[in-house]
Amino acid sequence: MTKKIWRSMVIVLVLLFLYLPILILSVYSFTDAANIGAIRGFSFHNYVTLFTTPELVKMILGTVVLALGSAFLASILGTMGAIGAFYSKKGMASAIHTMNQVPVVNADVVTGFSICILLVVVLGVSKDTFIPLVAGHVTLCAPFVFLSVIPKLKQMDSSIYEAALDLGATPGTALVKIVIPQIFPGIVSGFALAVTLSLDDYFVATYTKPATFDTISTYVVNATKGAQTTIKTALWALSTVIFLLVVLFTIVMNIRAGKNVQERNGAGQ
Amino acid sequence: MQKKILSRKSLGIPYMIFLALFVMAPLFVLIYYAFTNGQGEITIQNLTGFFSDPNTLGTLCYSFGIAAVTTAVCLLLAYPVAYVLATSHLKEKSVILLLFIMPMWINFSLRITALKELLTWLEGNLAYHPFLNTVIGMTYDFLPFMILPIYTTISKLDGALLEAARDLGAGELQAFLKVTLPLSLPGIISGVSMVFLPAMTNYVVLDMLYNSTYIMGSLIGSYFASYNWHGGSMIALILLGIVCLFTLLTRGDEEETARGGVLL
Repeated sequence: MTKKIWRSMVIVLVLLFLYLPILILSVYSFTDAANIGAIRGFSFHNYVTLFTTPELVKMILGTVVLALGSAFLASILGTMGAIGAFYSKKGMASAIHTMNQVPVVNADVVTGFSICILLVVVLGVSKDTFIPLVAGHVTLCAPFVFLSVIPKLKQMDSSIYEAALDLGATPGTALVKIVIPQIFPGIVSGFALAVTLSLDDYFVATYTKPATFDTISTYVVNATKGAQTTIKTALWALSTVIFLLVVLFTIVMNIRAGKNVQERNGAGQ
Repeated sequence: MQKKILSRKSLGIPYMIFLALFVMAPLFVLIYYAFTNGQGEITIQNLTGFFSDPNTLGTLCYSFGIAAVTTAVCLLLAYPVAYVLATSHLKEKSVILLLFIMPMWINFSLRITALKELLTWLEGNLAYHPFLNTVIGMTYDFLPFMILPIYTTISKLDGALLEAARDLGAGELQAFLKVTLPLSLPGIISGVSMVFLPAMTNYVVLDMLYNSTYIMGSLIGSYFASYNWHGGSMIALILLGIVCLFTLLTRGDEEETARGGVLL
């Protein structure tokens, strides 16, 4: 019995450590307090500020568009790369795998800084074109798409592709109708991973973004240093919104996954 | 036959070009810049400068210290959690695991803001305990990266081995020390590599917590701010060297990689 208590204590304490700051902040986002600890009245003003300040709205939308855009590009490139590497000769394939591994293990500071040096300092590309920023984020994300597609290619039944060719399909058609559907779950999870990586990135963005553009990360980091209380507490509201979105997303995904399992069980009978 | 194989292979060409342009080329440029000065002359002054300046050397040692302590704290917290979770028979196991992953989907800067507000309330001025707060901040940020790989390895363990150990007379503690712990080593190693390197370079956590930066990554930041590309490149190259060394040391045969294994 005591063992059981110990075991749940471990879980509960660490969960508390992970969630307490966010939960407390969420509660305080619904007050007009400027600091945690002060007891003040209930208020929605942080949420009003969050959704009506043009600067904040622009920053949030910019981050989302950047994440979706670079994740999309990264998914196309990473998937093509994975298919190419999978069917290449060993030497070629391992060359792609090795290069692909570099941004994965490298520190993001180094990735961002080196891309900035090449594109901005050496080639003179202006940061205002967004090219360095998008290139940086695609470089950050594409290797992870590659890594989530490769296992699906390995699991794929290659004889179906051969059969399609024997039945007269062109290699292009066979690729689109046979290979892509089989590896699609890998592409989707790669895309999701790419979105979260881009949303969470700070380093690549600081070194490559235009001076007038901010992602959530770069904006929040600068805002914590400033003394603007309205903006600071509006960001509490943003944390709460993102937290709720993540919870909602997780619940929906879980329910859908549960349904899938049920359907599969049903089909088996 | 020759032609269609060619077409599938050639799909990889755009990605090859992309990697060459945005992964390899920047690294070569980095090397070039690290070993030249503002006049374009080849020099090793950036390198010798780094190792003869007490400030930069101190920063290197300090970031090693922070990274080592953060990694140790993460391991001490994560191992029990991963072990309890992996060995429990709870039905809600996957939900609890999800609770440990979910914070990673919330933007880190917002999470650190939350932590900062809480710590400020508890401590007053954060600058009084810079080392402690840095370790708390980094542990808060990186803990899930340690829990997940350890959880995965322990839950894949062959239960029969434990039963065998028990049948052969091992006590619970002995069975843990001689069977579970050694077999979970791959998970520990991959967790350590996922926490140690970011902890050495992620200077935003410190920057946000008390407006001060004193680790390796921040050197790049300060050179960047003063347009000193040559000095910055040398720091980046030194960091790259540390990353390579660390990767070689902790290299496993497993497919799962750093951040990738965590989400999927």
